[in-house]
Amino acid sequence: MSLELENVVKLAHDGLTSSLPGWAAAAIEYVLVGVLLLALYCVLALILIFLERKICARFQCRLGPNRVGPWGSLQLIADMVKILLKEIVKISKSDKLLYYVAIFLAIIGSFCTFGALQFGKGLACIDFNVGIFYILAISSLGVIGILLAGWSSNNKYTLIGAMRSGAQLISYELSAGISILTMVILAGSLNISDIINGQENAWFIFQAPLPALIAFIIYLIAGHAETNRGPFDLPEAESELTAGYHTEYSGIQYGFFYLAEYLNMFIIAGVATTVFLGGWQPFHIHADWASGFNHVMDYIPSYIWFLGKAFSLVLLSLWVRWTFPRLRIDQLLHLEWKILMPISLLNMLVMAVWVLIF
Amino acid sequence: MIQYIKDLFSGIWNLLQGMKITMINFIRKPITECYPENRGTKVYAERFRGELTMPHNANNEHKCTGCGICQMNCPNGTITVKTKQITTDDGKTKKILDQYLYDLGSCTFCGLCTMGCPQKAIVWSNNFEHSVYRRATLVKQLNKEGSKLEEKKVVAPQQEEKKVINSNTNQQQ
Repeated sequence: MSLELENVVKLAHDGLTSSLPGWAAAAIEYVLVGVLLLALYCVLALILIFLERKICARFQCRLGPNRVGPWGSLQLIADMVKILLKEIVKISKSDKLLYYVAIFLAIIGSFCTFGALQFGKGLACIDFNVGIFYILAISSLGVIGILLAGWSSNNKYTLIGAMRSGAQLISYELSAGISILTMVILAGSLNISDIINGQENAWFIFQAPLPALIAFIIYLIAGHAETNRGPFDLPEAESELTAGYHTEYSGIQYGFFYLAEYLNMFIIAGVATTVFLGGWQPFHIHADWASGFNHVMDYIPSYIWFLGKAFSLVLLSLWVRWTFPRLRIDQLLHLEWKILMPISLLNMLVMAVWVLIF
Repeated sequence: MIQYIKDLFSGIWNLLQGMKITMINFIRKPITECYPENRGTKVYAERFRGELTMPHNANNEHKCTGCGICQMNCPNGTITVKTKQITTDDGKTKKILDQYLYDLGSCTFCGLCTMGCPQKAIVWSNNFEHSVYRRATLVKQLNKEGSKLEEKKVVAPQQEEKKVINSNTNQQQ
């Protein structure tokens, strides 16, 4: 397993601890991990935006960006430079402090969740006994940023957008949480490492096919709604609200919201991968005749498995986004409170019975 | 309760059908044309109206008799047909085309000129790359320098008839 990054991490850790006192090594490691995560965050955002533009173009029978660089791959760099060079507009009658703090809250919420994902074997930054609970809690922090942004901009569009976002997140967080809880019943642990290790022989979605599949679909729908995208993009419904909560932001501040939105999409896919599709665990068939197949699967590095699964879910979310029209606010709440919520509660019961029986 | 379950499954079915349609579009070849790259290879529809042209044959002859029907048909004065009187070798006075001016800047590509042309002397070409630096350049002379009317290889009576028609239209003008 020379392709695994686990050994590199171990080597770096051993090198640092052998030559430095413990506190200094720990401090350097914290900084290194933070910088690496930030870099990964930005690179993934660029990849995701590029992917979105190319794929939405294909859904509309277009080609997408194809002029700057090979296949338009440098278009994103050009756009990034453009957004960095743009003026940051100061709103004279806004709540200054909250207006500037809001963007950081939105991106901190997204980044902290991102840090809790496990990208591969031995590539876990935050790993403790209530890891999945931490992910659920911290990912909801972003909505505070959105609410504050809408409130402090002193603009009716932003306020309406923020309030819609708040209502949407509070509603859909419930069924997302319940469907994750359903899987926690199956895993018997809130620790992300334990959850992933429990799927070594078969992913959870295959371990309890019926309730896990329902929970998976509900989590994808609810998670998609939490990212304020696709048919659930009421908070930034451009036909009604200009750009929703980030109407008054420009330049890099707008860029932060943009970044957070795209990374949230990846984070939802990553959490769904971790909880339902086995995280970085390769696809194994738990049978005697399949040992050769399992060995071949083992040769693919774990981070490739994780990124591959997460990106397939991202593609699914893009597919959904570019297919369905936007819901009305009453339809949105109807979908959550009358359909997803009862089904996920019932599903949790089914899963509990399943775990008791098998 | 039964209605609820029915609605749920029919809803899911409808969503899946929508996703099927977008997937078909996803797999389809994009219809975007990469314009400057496909300049040589792109095939245009035959009836595409790019600009008005007057075809000349190898002997630098065109078919325009200078009747002026196209000028009358043109709704916004795009076409100006200038004629001149000449005396032929056998002593007859004859009206021939001097300049056929076509102002691309005011043409709406309605096609009334080519529809009305009795000689089929003007046709649409597929060339659509019209951009020029000055507006005056858009006024084009369609008959080439030194070109003359293509002689008809038809029997005499028909020619007589044509002449009558031509003179009639001239009078109307």
